[in-house]
Amino acid sequence: MLDDLSRYLGSESNRELVLTQLVQHVPLALLPLVVGVVLAIPLGWLAQRHPLVRTALLGSANVVYTVPSLAFFVVIPGIIGTQILDPVNVVAALSIYTAALLVRPVVDALDAVPAHVVAAATAMGYRPLRRFLAVELPLAVPVLVAGVRVASVSNISLASVGALLGVGGLGALFTSGFQTSYLPPILVGIVLTLVLALVMDLVLVGLRWLLTPWARAGGTR
Amino acid sequence: MIEFRAVTKRFDDGTVAVDHLDLSVAAGTITVFVGPSGCGKTTSLRMVNRMVEPTSGTVLVDGVDVRGVDPATLRRGIGYVIQQAGLFPHRTVLDNVATVPLLSGWTRRKARARAAELLELVGLPRELGSRYPVQLSGGQQQRVGVARALAADPPVLLMDEPFSAVDPVVREGLQDELLRLQAELDKTIVFVTHDIDEAVKIGERVAVFRQGGRLVQYAEPDELLSRPADEFVSSFVGRDRGYRRLSFVEGTGIEPREVPTAREEAVAGERVAPDAWTLVLDGEDRPRGWLPPRSTGDSAPPAERVLPGGSLYTRGTPLRGALDAALSSPSGLGVVVEEDGRYAGAVTAEEVLAALREHRVGPEEHTGGTR
Ligand SMILES: Nc1ncnc2c1ncn2[C@@H]1O[C@H](COP(=O)(O)OP(=O)(O)O)[C@@H](O)[C@H]1O
Ligand SMILES: [Mg+2]
Repeated sequence: MLDDLSRYLGSESNRELVLTQLVQHVPLALLPLVVGVVLAIPLGWLAQRHPLVRTALLGSANVVYTVPSLAFFVVIPGIIGTQILDPVNVVAALSIYTAALLVRPVVDALDAVPAHVVAAATAMGYRPLRRFLAVELPLAVPVLVAGVRVASVSNISLASVGALLGVGGLGALFTSGFQTSYLPPILVGIVLTLVLALVMDLVLVGLRWLLTPWARAGGTR
Repeated sequence: MIEFRAVTKRFDDGTVAVDHLDLSVAAGTITVFVGPSGCGKTTSLRMVNRMVEPTSGTVLVDGVDVRGVDPATLRRGIGYVIQQAGLFPHRTVLDNVATVPLLSGWTRRKARARAAELLELVGLPRELGSRYPVQLSGGQQQRVGVARALAADPPVLLMDEPFSAVDPVVREGLQDELLRLQAELDKTIVFVTHDIDEAVKIGERVAVFRQGGRLVQYAEPDELLSRPADEFVSSFVGRDRGYRRLSFVEGTGIEPREVPTAREEAVAGERVAPDAWTLVLDGEDRPRGWLPPRSTGDSAPPAERVLPGGSLYTRGTPLRGALDAALSSPSGLGVVVEEDGRYAGAVTAEEVLAALREHRVGPEEHTGGTR
């Protein structure tokens, strides 16, 4: 077993293949994370301001999340006019998942901003957009990052499904392993997926640390 | 000068918060709006900086109808201080104070220098500037709130129960400080409180409101005390004399009652739709505010409907605090807490007064003026 693994990784061409798949996997998983966050923030903002939008959006976000990813990958080309094997399909589908997953945390985080703080900001003369960017959004960061961490792990694992469409990524190691009943590439794929998820999680925790010095200030009261 | 001309505010749910208010506030004076909770003080104040728009009537600042001024621009010229200070938790004290200058386009450096001056003006050491609001005491937060409101040197200052949430000793200090500041700065200040004691101490003129948003008397403190316009004013002013006795009576005779409570997380998660006033508690059982009973036509989520609570009464301390808690609470129920700040129950003003009768200390006192 270990022999198999070392023989697999001993080959220069295998190592190169693994590296290529890893390099392809990262944008497949992370681009949607960025797009999803960028979509979820304004949607959450709208939902938080308008009760009707809130109901509609949170409801449809739940529905979106129950659509199987594979179905999504297949349907999306029809909607956005891409080729069925285009990696853009995977990115688009995962972006929608990420946005669906993050809308609720964004709304919850904005709800949790104390009303008197928002009122004070309004009274100081903030206009709504600037108030959102300067006061409400920064205060929402801790809750938002918690949501992004979940989405990040979920994307890194879901991006593997892209291999079924032949778009590459670590999932390709699984498909080739299964087809030939050969374990080493599968093991390497699993380990790299875990490592990638862990590294991203650390990056996100670091980002939160940078963005929220105020949350670390212990109260003396 | 601030002028209310036949101003009425009727909210969408039909509540008339302010009813035909005619009143003018002279420039360079402190005018106090006083009255029980829910009588329209906050609403009146917020019509000055357009956080609430009147249903009818006109509000003028320096002779200019505020409706003609862009709200954000208007507000940058009007300082505003609220009960919980409303400081930005994610900004240092210095940056909190620098808020309005920065919004008005000052450079960061100039705004911070100005902010440091203001900390000094309100009696805070400069070192506090680099702290975050959670690292300050309640009294210090209020001072920062005042400094922030003054930062761009606005001619008008609106203060909504700014000292109600701090304990009585600190409150006295803050009141004295405000009077000292005003002697120096000469702002036009509208100060809202439910505490007649505070009103007559701070105010050059006092406007007494009653439920339904009606102004009942607008006079100098001495006249208010000696010639109350009607029964409501005389009981409101007179009650204060009873108040003074409350300061000496230990609150052992009152039994706080249970009230409906809900966790903050449950409220934020929209799982709460109460039939009665519900006290919102944080994870450590400390009161955070009141959620009003569900009424038809409420579309806002529960978390947005939570009203800031009034002052808290610590079990075993003098009864005056209990009455203050009941009168300042939006639900009419004063919140009683244990020494460590955990929720213990609630009392009504009637219960406090009944306890006072039981603990009667000697004959009826006849205190003179309230100053
Ligand atoms: N946004 C609102 N919608 C409906 N009713 C409101 C709103 N704001 C305040 N009220 C009601 O208007 C009345 C006056 O409120 P407020 O001005 O806050 O009183 P005060 O500051 O004197 O305690 C109260 O009955 C209150 O419940
Ligand atoms: Mg009020």
